[in-house]
Amino acid sequence: MLKITGYPDRYSVAPGETIAFKVSLEDADRFHSRIVRVVHGDCNPQGPGLKFIHVPTALDGWHPGRRQSSDAGSYMVVADAPDLGARAFTFLATIWPTLVERGEQTLFAQCDPVAQSGIWIGLSSRGALAVKLIAAGATVADISTGKEMLNRQWYAIAASFDPESGRLRLAQRNLQRLALIDDSGEIETIVRLGAGAWACSFHLAGRPASDGRVETHFDGKIEAPVVLAGEHSILARDRLNAYPISCELSEATIARWDFARDIETDHAIDLGPLALHGRLVHLPARAMKGSNWDGETHDWRQRPEQYGSIHFHHDDVYDLGWETSVDVMLPADLSSGPYALHVCCGDSDESATREDYLAFFVRPPRQAHLRSRRPKVVLLAPTASYLAYANHGEHITARGAELQMNRLLQFGHADVYLYEHPELGGSLYDSHADGSGVCYSSRLRPVLNFSPRYHSWLGGHGSALYQYNADTHLFDWLAHKGVEYDVITDEDLHQEGYGLIAPYRVIITGTHPEYHSTAMWDAMKTWIDRGGRLMYMGGDGWYWRIAFHKTLPGVIEVRRAEDGIRTWMSEPGEYHHSFTGELGGLWRRIGRPPNVICGVGFIAQGFDVSGFYRRAPDAANPRAAFIFEGVEEEIIGNFGLIGGGAAGIEMDCLNAVLGSPPNMLRLASSDGHSPMMLLVNEEFGVVPPNLSADVNPRVKADLAFGETPAGGALFCTSSIAWCGSLSHNGYDNNVSRITWNVLSRFMKDEGFAS
Amino acid sequence: MVYKIDPLNDRQFADEFRRNPIGSHSPGLMRVLSILRVDPSGNQVIIICRKPFAKWTLALMPPRRQDPIRFDDDMAFDSREEAEWEVFRRRWFAATGQNLNLSLSD
Repeated sequence: MLKITGYPDRYSVAPGETIAFKVSLEDADRFHSRIVRVVHGDCNPQGPGLKFIHVPTALDGWHPGRRQSSDAGSYMVVADAPDLGARAFTFLATIWPTLVERGEQTLFAQCDPVAQSGIWIGLSSRGALAVKLIAAGATVADISTGKEMLNRQWYAIAASFDPESGRLRLAQRNLQRLALIDDSGEIETIVRLGAGAWACSFHLAGRPASDGRVETHFDGKIEAPVVLAGEHSILARDRLNAYPISCELSEATIARWDFARDIETDHAIDLGPLALHGRLVHLPARAMKGSNWDGETHDWRQRPEQYGSIHFHHDDVYDLGWETSVDVMLPADLSSGPYALHVCCGDSDESATREDYLAFFVRPPRQAHLRSRRPKVVLLAPTASYLAYANHGEHITARGAELQMNRLLQFGHADVYLYEHPELGGSLYDSHADGSGVCYSSRLRPVLNFSPRYHSWLGGHGSALYQYNADTHLFDWLAHKGVEYDVITDEDLHQEGYGLIAPYRVIITGTHPEYHSTAMWDAMKTWIDRGGRLMYMGGDGWYWRIAFHKTLPGVIEVRRAEDGIRTWMSEPGEYHHSFTGELGGLWRRIGRPPNVICGVGFIAQGFDVSGFYRRAPDAANPRAAFIFEGVEEEIIGNFGLIGGGAAGIEMDCLNAVLGSPPNMLRLASSDGHSPMMLLVNEEFGVVPPNLSADVNPRVKADLAFGETPAGGALFCTSSIAWCGSLSHNGYDNNVSRITWNVLSRFMKDEGFAS
Repeated sequence: MVYKIDPLNDRQFADEFRRNPIGSHSPGLMRVLSILRVDPSGNQVIIICRKPFAKWTLALMPPRRQDPIRFDDDMAFDSREEAEWEVFRRRWFAATGQNLNLSLSD
């Protein structure tokens, strides 16, 4: 299907900076590349068609390539650890397995994958605690308790081996007693192995393989792993929790990791004397409640000792670490805007696509002295929302998706590739194989739906675009109108704050700017409060709070707490971000509804066909006269590439109770929706029978405008589908005209009456 | 109790679907679709876009992602609506035992 893919090392790059691309080929050994400015990524024959502008650079031409491998799965590694093969030792931990049926899984390993010697402690293929001793490539001992663990139960486990006596002991104990369940047990045997050299590293939740990969990952939580010298019983776990710790245990401690420390980082802190701190690879989930969580604390910062577990997944992905295939220093005079590296390894046909577009944005120069004389308009590229939806795979995993879409799920070549490559990692909408939600999403991997030409199973009937490619409808319209504009990304705004957007008179959003960090939110609010003019060109904006990692680049976190459209739900007690400690969830539930920022807030969603707007009385208000100049029609936007209308997919409305400014004008409201346009669940407490647009008058989008106290203004399309109507009839239509009327007025020096 | 499709009384909704496979549907048709579109086996019929906006085929996505998608290239469709109708016909037959011997354009 898809025969070439890749990713850039950054989504935002300034002129004169270098950007690198990592490309993987399925069945070729070279590829052709060129940089293009992305104008329109929709090949729907009903629209303007694909538009790319070649930007000559040193990357033009053919380059050698190969297939790059993706080694997913999180684990902890201690690179420089004492060899345990020479003396008796015990490994203790508390674990909460979540996918015991998956087969062998590693809890702790000290193995030399080349010499093939060492010890492996984990779950057997039947989910029982097991240990293997390996010497010179041969497994000399392979025992297990034979007691299959249950998913989502806490178990104390202990494994010890004394090379002198040959005694190998295992014990597992469910911390709860369950009636008629036999899942605790122990076993002891003698193994004549003798002392030997094993390795100089420790691995937790994964085992190193001879090819450099890490395999046999664990799915579930691990809490308080400990390595002690000598043989100790499973009861030592309880004595380790005593304070002060006994002299005997203190003396025996080789390593004792406390996952409640440094939760915001990828470090695993060892409290033992050797400071064998671990490095966490591929971002296993932190700030996870432990076996001792008592339900009284929901903020891990208050009682970190109750959040001493880490949830590992065999399908966690942070940085795939592909080798750079090509890189280039961009011209110093390159205009800010949307770009992509077009890569191609042959001709495409019905069975294979041999080209891809690796998207990125060129931002304004970083140095303030080079940023003088910027255009009046900046497009805020919603890269946080692109990341939230990165490799969105519900069409693969959620069997209710066809019902939600009200039509068959369409798979393009990229979707089939995604199906076959789960190691690329999921989106913040997906669940891990063990059913827990994906709460981190990174850009350091191929993101197949962050690309021109990608048609989404989720987009409305017609062009079926969603997120990035839907935003190319806006790129195209801005180009058609000759609007000079800069692009900055969410990540830029998060890092640099208000100062980055202060010079611009107008900010234009994408079609679905849903995910915002606190720093992004604060910067935007400051800009609006100081007279900015916001053109909110989409729907369901400023909905979820996210966190960026403080040191690791390109990764965001969400917690699906309490309310909202949730494809998975955070566990009780796990609503606070591990990256920052902030309470996660809907901005609305944190006291900052979207209405406070952009004037409107989320009200309904439906993904099949779109409706249109009907003029409301406020359209006749003289304050709105400039918006309707040259627009006489009662009906607005009864056409378009996204579902056939301008009002659809996800929609917002005015709501003064939630913070819509009282001076906002309701210019028009939508109508003509399918019964699959449904009220969102944060809008009701008791489930009403009239959820759909055909029986609930609240299910509508409000086209809105209002002035702000500092002379700025808000314009809200309140619909993801709006931009899909801009190009209709050669860009000569009432959606395009209204948008242009607003933009041209917003660009003027004259402030709005306040 | 989950509704059981009545091939006689619900036939009007099959006709409605044939007239408008993708779009706003009546409550009666919505109920029929809600039944037909759930496969307890976990298999999922999907459409494969072979050529954007020009050619589609059908495929079966199995319950387990480890298993391959089974492509059905025997039939190709010029529009998504044609594919929708073909799948509806198959599901209708599976639910009622009755054939809807009509093409989308009949």
